[in-house]
Amino acid sequence: MTDQPPLAIQVSNVVHRYKQLVVLDDINLDVPAGSSLALIGPDGVGKSTLFSLLAGAKRLQQGSIHVLGTNITKAEARGQIQPRLAFMPQGLGRNLYATLSVRENVDYFAGLFGSAEEARIAHLLDAIGLAPFADRPAGKLSGGMKQKLGLCCALVHEPDILLLDEPTTGVDPLSRLHFWQLIDEIRTARPGMTVVVGTSYMEEAERFDRVLLMQSGRFIEDGEPSSLIARYSAGSLEDVFSILTGNQDPNTADSPMVLRTPPGKNVPIVVEGEGLTRRFGAFTAVDSVNFKVRRGEIFGFLGSNGCGKTTTMKMLTGLLPSTEGTARLFGKPVDARDIEARRKVGYMSQGFSLYGELTVQQNFELHAQLFGLTDDARRARIDELVERFGLQRFCTTAANSVPLGVRQRLSLAIAILHGPAVLILDEPTSGVDPAARAMFWKEIERLSREQQITVFISTHFMSEAERCDRIAFMHAGRIIATGTPSELCDAQGVSNLEGAFIAYMREGGATESETRPLSVTTSDSPPSAPRLFSPRRFWAVCRREAIEIIREPVRFAIALAGTLILSLAFGFGISFDVEGVSLGVLDRDRTPSSRAYIEEFTSSPYFDLVLVAKDDAEVTRALRTNRVTLALDIPPGFGRDLLSGRRPAVAAWIDGAMPFRAETVGGYAQAIHLRAVRSIARRTVASPPAYRLEPRFRYNQAFRSLDAMVPVTIGVLLALIPAMLTALTVVREKELGSIVNLYVTPLTRPEFLLGKQIPYIAIGFINFILLTLFAVTLFGLEIKGSLVALVLGGLLYVAGTTAVGFVTSAATRSQTAAIFSTAIIIMLPAVEYSGMMQPVASLEPVERWIGTLFPTAHFVRVSVGTFAKGMGFGELMPTLAILAAFWPALIGIALAFTRKQET
Amino acid sequence: MRLRTVIALVKKELTSLSRDRFLLGFVVFAFTAMIYLQATGNTQDIHNASVAIADEDRSELSRRIAGAFQPPFFKTPQMVDSVAIDRLMGGGQATFALDIPPNFEAELLSGKSPSIQLLVDATAMSQAGLGASQIQSMVEQEVRDFRRGRTVIAASPPLELRNAFNQSLVSTWFTGVVELLDNTTMLAILLAGAAIVREREHGTLEHLLVMPVRPVEIMTAKIVANGLVIAILAALSLRFVLQGILGLQVAGSSALFLLGVVSYLFFACSLGIFLGTVSRSMPQLSLLFMLTVLPMSLLSGGNTPREAMPEWLQNVMSLSPSTHYVSFTQAVLLRGADISTVWPHLTIITIIGLFFFAFSLSRFRRFLAAQN
Repeated sequence: MTDQPPLAIQVSNVVHRYKQLVVLDDINLDVPAGSSLALIGPDGVGKSTLFSLLAGAKRLQQGSIHVLGTNITKAEARGQIQPRLAFMPQGLGRNLYATLSVRENVDYFAGLFGSAEEARIAHLLDAIGLAPFADRPAGKLSGGMKQKLGLCCALVHEPDILLLDEPTTGVDPLSRLHFWQLIDEIRTARPGMTVVVGTSYMEEAERFDRVLLMQSGRFIEDGEPSSLIARYSAGSLEDVFSILTGNQDPNTADSPMVLRTPPGKNVPIVVEGEGLTRRFGAFTAVDSVNFKVRRGEIFGFLGSNGCGKTTTMKMLTGLLPSTEGTARLFGKPVDARDIEARRKVGYMSQGFSLYGELTVQQNFELHAQLFGLTDDARRARIDELVERFGLQRFCTTAANSVPLGVRQRLSLAIAILHGPAVLILDEPTSGVDPAARAMFWKEIERLSREQQITVFISTHFMSEAERCDRIAFMHAGRIIATGTPSELCDAQGVSNLEGAFIAYMREGGATESETRPLSVTTSDSPPSAPRLFSPRRFWAVCRREAIEIIREPVRFAIALAGTLILSLAFGFGISFDVEGVSLGVLDRDRTPSSRAYIEEFTSSPYFDLVLVAKDDAEVTRALRTNRVTLALDIPPGFGRDLLSGRRPAVAAWIDGAMPFRAETVGGYAQAIHLRAVRSIARRTVASPPAYRLEPRFRYNQAFRSLDAMVPVTIGVLLALIPAMLTALTVVREKELGSIVNLYVTPLTRPEFLLGKQIPYIAIGFINFILLTLFAVTLFGLEIKGSLVALVLGGLLYVAGTTAVGFVTSAATRSQTAAIFSTAIIIMLPAVEYSGMMQPVASLEPVERWIGTLFPTAHFVRVSVGTFAKGMGFGELMPTLAILAAFWPALIGIALAFTRKQET
Repeated sequence: MRLRTVIALVKKELTSLSRDRFLLGFVVFAFTAMIYLQATGNTQDIHNASVAIADEDRSELSRRIAGAFQPPFFKTPQMVDSVAIDRLMGGGQATFALDIPPNFEAELLSGKSPSIQLLVDATAMSQAGLGASQIQSMVEQEVRDFRRGRTVIAASPPLELRNAFNQSLVSTWFTGVVELLDNTTMLAILLAGAAIVREREHGTLEHLLVMPVRPVEIMTAKIVANGLVIAILAALSLRFVLQGILGLQVAGSSALFLLGVVSYLFFACSLGIFLGTVSRSMPQLSLLFMLTVLPMSLLSGGNTPREAMPEWLQNVMSLSPSTHYVSFTQAVLLRGADISTVWPHLTIITIIGLFFFAFSLSRFRRFLAAQN
């Protein structure tokens, strides 16, 4: 870049609100090209919002942002600079695709940026150290490797600006170290690249040229790390931060409130793990772990996300059986079936598993009742805890609506409600601000020191680990060191726990694979791709979606077999055939004539004689038990009267419980009756009928329900399942977070939607072929008209119905909403107004219009036309033309609902 | 299983459900407006049928016949040439076509027994059969009225048809009962399944399991709580929607019906829990739900009489409690059957329900063990 602007990023007067809440409050920021910058501050101060705005993922509300000299308010301008930008959002692997392999993820991103040189990608993977894991699904990588993969995907197109939002949160210390080393190398290899990083680990920020401290949507300090520390005469950036926010005095907050030494060697062991192992399939989550915790001790488990902390804790509580080894509580092996042992344990899981819809008081009551506290004891205990944890104000509030810090206190209060001797706390402070965390720890220390409660706690914060009596470093399912914090530091000759952890990890051979210099991976000419529609990006999306569907068994099974199962149900379950109706007779005449009369009924295919009754009561009972549907009552003297030219009336009872069947049966009975009396009385009454009227059933001479219904159900089913599946696609990415790749890469909306749609059209078309084969083989239908018209109609139709799903998916925010609204939208025009329940010609004008605006009614014309009515291609041309218009129209609507930015 | 624990959990389930406004709103809607709309919308009577008439006779009689097609049963007939009939029927604009030949009236009066042609689009199954017989009797009626006084009529001996249980064949009675059944199945499965998925999504299940609570108690509480809500709503719906608004005259005992509902809900809620354990999220639950509930409802003999299905399918479906539930309900509510005739259905529902409860419980246990 010869005309590189002096500023990579320029932010002026940016204000951002979520509803009433101000998240960014008049932010101004200049970042020179080629510099590095860290944004630091606890969760929820507005870091992520600022990153999203810089990357163009979120719509700017107020102020202006220039990136690489371009104002990014306009979509056009964003499109120009996006190929030069890379953004890694917060959350481990949040913009990656869990079912895709490492290599497939990188290929996908390369495809989006149009630069997929085979050799370069292989080189990059090699340099970052991911080459040995190229075939492993991204979802099965450790946190550190996920972040490396994220970085690899971000670097694949050689960006000029790299935006990293909390890239190391939840990652083990060694991987964190590696990650930052990698960033340093990249910066050396590409000196012109600007790097902006957000982090809540203050100590990490010290390696950057410049840090910005953030609090409540504002920058509260800005400068070089070392000069800031010097200016406030603090020991670290964390101290600087504490001093500036005034939330806590660093000198008192760190010291335990109760100064009692940890329990000695003679105190009994309460919690014990011996060779504890847990495997999930081939994966070993916890690998022969040993530990002993004494009564009243605070024992910490320190490790990254996914290192086996939670699994170990679940084995201790009995939630998960161990594969090998034993977990002991109070010297007895943990037994999941031992209900009584659970009374001694209090457990708090990650993310505070309270009943969010119940109030604080109701949560207390429920837990107290489940632990069998008597009414008096319950009331006293709840009052005591409410008082002690300062929950009075929140008693009648739903647990969901209280602040996070309060919810955490409530969880702890509930965990100790029944007075357990052991507390097992799984990352109890995640997502809570530093002040709330400090309060929480004071409470833990009080419980341990004053009430001799044994505390087994896991965390990934070093500062919390320092407050434990003893800690175990855990990595990849193993404990790599155990001891008091100072013992561990001394043993490795380092000053802090983080250093000790890294040293132990290296000692244990837990180094990650070798990395290579990155310089070779850079090239000079960033490839250019068409702006509006690039076939390469389109195929990247298409391929990715196809792989994802195939790798998800439930969705794939429903996609392939769902319509077939339902076609059986619809084909056989919606039938208007009336055949084999059970017939009962009460013959009071018993003459050859009456027998001939009955014979006329039983010889027809419609009636099966099941009962010859002796009296009225038997007839009544048979009707009531559904044994007979039609009962004939032939009067005495029937034959004599008939032959002598009189008109003896025959009485008949029809089961009226099913009116449709009753009416049809009535029609048949009348016709057979007439035929019977005529043939019996032929000798006496010989007048010809006044006229002849025999209805002729067209298109379906056999008058078989299946022949009429199956072509319609094909239409209904191809609307239902394919549309419900596509309804999940876009909104699913919104929920998982990978939608950000649409926001911040050159990927355009048409490429995104069409690329995603193609695999579903293919699945829908396969379904159509299968349903047609089903119709011909299983249901015995015949294609009488143009096969070409039918197949073309099927293809156009699934293109249309899958597009319907995209419309709802683009317009909704949650998968549940998308699937429900799709089902409702489809039910009416596809099931009610398509001709399945009643012919389209009989619909009211409004209903018919709604039906016309949906593809099903048109496809049904084609399928009924070709299956039953023998129509040719020419006759169906106009209908096919209308059908063809739905796809572009619906995709157009879906495009209008899809945003290239989050609002 | 301890009663105190189950009661505490039932209370919790009911509170949770009462807070889920969306689901609760849907449940109430399903038992009121939805039943009414579907019962009245899916009437199986001839309604608005489209007819084309080619009147080549242009006599008084042919005009009379054409005039007999009246709303709401038929739309005003389209009077066309006989050549246009094919086009209209092929395009689906006419379900029935009547071709009255030239000299029809004259030949009739002179006793030559002329033919009149009625064409029926047999792809419109919902109307074809009934419509054809209705048109035949309409023509018969018009011809008889016309001939009265002109010639001597030799009448045939009559067949006096009477409809048992529902004399005037009010079709909303039947469709209303069918909808009530379909909706109990649907909601039992949906509520019980959602109760599992909700806890799974919020991570609260494992919390229950570290307390002195057994899986069987959790599952029983879910079945009791959700079943209770549905049973009460079904009873109210029967009383106020079916009897009150749709005017259903319950032939048998409502209490016996409710007994059947309760034993069926035991099965349906167990099935819901099973589906809840195999699906990872609400969307997956709703897809699985469609694949199980639709076949169960459609093939249980509610919408379509069982004898219209192939025998192998009837045999397969006789294993489903929904089939027995439908037979039981129709017998009790519509035909006035008492316990002496419906006990086999009740027994089978209960046995299969118990079996499925045990199955779901073992699946639920494994599901809980696999939570990680």
